[in-house]
Amino acid sequence: MDTQRQYEVVFIVDPTADDDEVTRLTDGFKQIVTDQGGAITKAESMGRRKLAYEILHKTEGSFVLMEIEGSGREIAELERRMRVNDRIIRYITVRVDEDRQRAQKFKDKRERKAAKRPGAQRAKAISEAGPAPEVEEAQEDAA
Amino acid sequence: MSTNYEDRGRRYNGGGDDDFDRGRSMQGGRGGRRMRRRRICRFCIEKVDIIDFKDTRFLQNFIPERGKILPRRISGNCAIHQRMLAEAIKRARNIALLPYTTD
Repeated sequence: MDTQRQYEVVFIVDPTADDDEVTRLTDGFKQIVTDQGGAITKAESMGRRKLAYEILHKTEGSFVLMEIEGSGREIAELERRMRVNDRIIRYITVRVDEDRQRAQKFKDKRERKAAKRPGAQRAKAISEAGPAPEVEEAQEDAA
Repeated sequence: MSTNYEDRGRRYNGGGDDDFDRGRSMQGGRGGRRMRRRRICRFCIEKVDIIDFKDTRFLQNFIPERGKILPRRISGNCAIHQRMLAEAIKRARNIALLPYTTD
């Protein structure tokens, strides 16, 4: 049960809330997660957006994205709090660690395959030589 | 990215597969991971492993006027990627990033 999982939580705050209130709410949720033993890896505002359909007669909302790492217990608590809070008009939690792992696996597989393939040496040389001049240019600009 | 394409082409040509050459002249593409002749999954070509439900602008490409999910028979996506796409669209609908219907 205590394996570390990664989650992405997106929630929508009532449009009548100003930026201060949104940050306050976000900080409150962060506190809840850390209290439950979870870790926040990312928390960012996606800004005010139009809703694709009306929710509670509202056509707008402030979106906030959080990435959380933990056992899952903090998610349960966080979701309970968001359900109770009437400033939050919608939330969604997505578990992302499994998908990311799978994606990494595919990527590794491809890389291994690419390395085996004849001509990989040349391709590698090209890809290594490719970005190098850009870096030099950037340095020149800076100088 | 472009080097990748070159690589792939060379590999298939090295195999000396006549069938492949024919398929290629017909639609000019390399049929994803499954070597299709007509349909090509653009996700396979671009090697997409994760489709993000927050990327509304991208998902919009697969939502026709009515707000439905574009079927596979039209987009030519492979089953794996169509499933990932459908899931992403459904998640986006849930949090009102995309509509369930438009009228």
